[in-house]
Amino acid sequence: MQQAAVSENLTPEAISAYLESQEKKSFLRFITCGSVDDGKSTLIGRLLFETKLIFEDQLAAIERDSKKHGTTGEDIDLALLVDGLEAERQQGITIDVAYRFFTTDKRKFIVADTPGHEQYTRNMATGASTADLAVLLVDARHGIQIQTKRHAFLVSLLGIRHVVLAVNKIDLVDFDKLRFNQIRDEFEQFGRSFDFDTLEAIPISARYGDNVVARSDRTPWYQGPALLEHLENIEVQSDLEQRPFRMTVQWVNRPNLDFRGFSGTIASGKLHPGDPVVVAGSGREATVSRIVTMDGDLPEGRASEAVTVVLDREIDVSRGDILVPPSHRPEVTDQFAAHIVWMAEEEMFPGRPYLLKIGTKTVTAQVTEIKHRIDVNTFDHLAAKSLGLNEVGFCNVSLSAEIAFDPYEANRETGAFILIDRLTNATVGAGMVWFALRRATNIHWQALDVSKNSRAALKGQKPAVLWFTGLSGSGKSTIANLVEKRLHAQGRHTYILDGDNVRHGLNRDLGFTDADRVENIRRVSETAKLFADAGMIVLVSFISPFRAERRMARDMMEDGEFLEVYIDTPIDVCRQRDPKGLYAKADAGELKNFTGVDSPYEAPEIAEIAIDTTTGEPEAHAERIVEMLQEKGIVS
Amino acid sequence: MAVDRSSHLKRLEDESIHIMREVVAEFSNPVMLYSIGKDSTVMLHLARKAFYPSKPPFPFMHIDSLWEFREMGEFRDNLAKTLGLNIIVEYSEEGKKANINPFDHGSNYYTNVMRTEPLKAALTKYGFDAAFGGGRRDEEKSRAKERVFSFRTASHGWDPKNQRPELWHIYNGRVAKGESIRVFPLSNWTELDVWQYIMIENIDLVSLYLAKPRPVVERDGTLIMVDDDRMKLEPGEVPEEKMVRFRTLGCYPLTGAVESNATSVQDVVTEMLIAKTSERQGRVIDHDEAGSMEKKKREGYF
Ligand SMILES: Nc1nc2c(ncn2[C@@H]2O[C@H](COP(=O)(O)OP(=O)(O)O)[C@@H](O)[C@H]2O)c(=O)[nH]1
Repeated sequence: MQQAAVSENLTPEAISAYLESQEKKSFLRFITCGSVDDGKSTLIGRLLFETKLIFEDQLAAIERDSKKHGTTGEDIDLALLVDGLEAERQQGITIDVAYRFFTTDKRKFIVADTPGHEQYTRNMATGASTADLAVLLVDARHGIQIQTKRHAFLVSLLGIRHVVLAVNKIDLVDFDKLRFNQIRDEFEQFGRSFDFDTLEAIPISARYGDNVVARSDRTPWYQGPALLEHLENIEVQSDLEQRPFRMTVQWVNRPNLDFRGFSGTIASGKLHPGDPVVVAGSGREATVSRIVTMDGDLPEGRASEAVTVVLDREIDVSRGDILVPPSHRPEVTDQFAAHIVWMAEEEMFPGRPYLLKIGTKTVTAQVTEIKHRIDVNTFDHLAAKSLGLNEVGFCNVSLSAEIAFDPYEANRETGAFILIDRLTNATVGAGMVWFALRRATNIHWQALDVSKNSRAALKGQKPAVLWFTGLSGSGKSTIANLVEKRLHAQGRHTYILDGDNVRHGLNRDLGFTDADRVENIRRVSETAKLFADAGMIVLVSFISPFRAERRMARDMMEDGEFLEVYIDTPIDVCRQRDPKGLYAKADAGELKNFTGVDSPYEAPEIAEIAIDTTTGEPEAHAERIVEMLQEKGIVS
Repeated sequence: MAVDRSSHLKRLEDESIHIMREVVAEFSNPVMLYSIGKDSTVMLHLARKAFYPSKPPFPFMHIDSLWEFREMGEFRDNLAKTLGLNIIVEYSEEGKKANINPFDHGSNYYTNVMRTEPLKAALTKYGFDAAFGGGRRDEEKSRAKERVFSFRTASHGWDPKNQRPELWHIYNGRVAKGESIRVFPLSNWTELDVWQYIMIENIDLVSLYLAKPRPVVERDGTLIMVDDDRMKLEPGEVPEEKMVRFRTLGCYPLTGAVESNATSVQDVVTEMLIAKTSERQGRVIDHDEAGSMEKKKREGYF
């Protein structure tokens, strides 16, 4: 109906005027959230339908599909317009974020359609991250649900300031004003704590169209706007342009020796030729001489524009740097506190290294502490040692290098980051920075004159960490001991860190949960690193069941220093040997979290050497390891 | 003429440019797939803007099915010359030898041999780790969930279950050796956006998009243009001159024409605003079965 403004026999002038108005439309990105069956798909289908974004051939296809999968009997099921992939269509639920488009004469809309099911927090966060407004759906018969509160919380966490509460299926409660008021009041009550800029409750029927595009006569008591009317008129163009200038450099543009520009998207603020800028972090300063685009130089660059900036002098600027005004600099830190939404099956443990991408800069990062986990249904703060899929935590994060940021609240573009798994490259977490952490103490790393290499050279060896991994009873300690004896006999300087021994001292406060195992390994790795720094050959004998932790230990050492020794003894053989009677206990259920029994062991993929102990004598195995050290030049 | 700076089209342009720059910064060997159609011509135009005053720092590649409209090849070669761009052209040698064609082999098999397979082969041959494509999310239902960065296994397969979440404007471009991505910088554009942009930016298109009398026959309700003498006419079929244009372009025997009097881009936009059928209807390959697009994608068509 919005597009019917043009009919087939208009004058050329009228057409030109109309086309021109079409080119100046504004833009709104919003997200819809609701529980299964609240009518989200039906609502989006209705919006597409009413704005004529559904064409006749698509309509024919849905009519066909309605007979096959539909839930509306003989009527067309508008929800089928938007339910996507084949598999989920058959399951009858929506399980990912889908983006839909429709347009009216005033605005172009992008809708992020996200499912409401409990485990899909991750999808909601994804959809909300680029949205300026959220439509929360409730079924008028059921009112505010736990999910509604969760959606409101996530929407606010991701920085959305405008919310619509669409009270759907109002037809099924006989267009009852009291019922609507009751739901609206309840929502306003708890919505207050989120401090949204606008909150509009609208009674609708997605299926029959009441108050979706136009106000309905069936709700004469409702004085507010229809949903689409509200979406078309709400002013969300945030004050991005009023904020301090920020531009993240994506690419250095260097076609020839006479031109050097910095290409990037202006995240906030404005920029003019003649403005002074500094590189956040290094503090190097210059003046903008040109703002270049293919359509000509700009007298002013504005938030969200993709430009290329030329400076008046050669200063060091590269990808990942942020250009800012000298008067309003962002914070620069290597430690901050942030909300993290965990998006991977594999849990997040403090101490594990991940890649962190903020803006266009990527650094290594680890969560040093989970201050608390937030229950997304009750908003309670809970203690946590790890974050699982779809959990939200407030965490301290430490980085391998300094980055510049603004608090997420102040700037979504410069305060947001993603976390990437280093092995699988998957995006595993999304974060919103709150504030920089000042260092607890002012300890700077002392650059000492006597170096690791000089210490090792004095001993006639190269430092190394031999990391023995394998099941309990596989033979790690036995073989490590034999290796040490041989090295010692050759006059090498060695030290053994043994799992059981370390647990009696340094790590006696740790148990056997996954989180404690990670911390256990972290401390041992740090200790091994100190010994290596002293020039020693360190033999670490630890079950160390997780690949990620062994990788963490590997990454801590210098290249070539870490040698993984996999003592490859099958569980049946270990169980048979059972030197400490531990398998018997674990099998009887007296020992919990025992590796191989009720806790996993992940065999190495990249061990420097693997030893099969089902054949051969321990002495022969030890000899092989010493030979490897010779081959690698650790010992001569 | 350039787009209005506060309009939705400018926001779309900025977003596409941002995406292209991210890919160039993070991948070692990107390529832009250029099909000669309107979407990829817009994409090429955006690439010139994104890197100006540099030339786009990657080659373009056209997978020629050998059954394209004749006019398309001329347009492509001309464009490469005037803009000084490197456009690689690849096709299936075996398909050519075996004379695989859309008349005798069915659209599924034909598309696979003449488009999908040579595309995969070319990506492998040149070792491209990122390929820009002109796909849009509004084209088809299964595309609504497509990511901007779409990950492919070493064998160019697409696993719908294993796509990464994309938040804010931060793209995760890390791939293991052999893996690659398809990038869709026009994800958030609609067909109408594309046409409006072409009109305002005055972008040159193959004239097949504009109406002109052309010889066509009607087959299963679709108007097919008789573009060369390889077209086998069925008994009783007589080519008829009709005023037609094309809403999408590809292999002429698989591309339906629509009757129209739109002889300028402005006319096309005007027709669009009162349109009643979606553009994919002109593509014969979609009619095969429900979910067919998704299946093709898993096989590497995109
Ligand atoms: N009576 C009535 N039924 C509705 C309304 N909106 C949706 N429904 C029905 O509720 C069911 C679930 O709708 P759907 O859109 O699939 O829900 P989703 O899971 O939130 O996407 C379908 O049978 C719809 O036809 C409404 O406003 N009134």
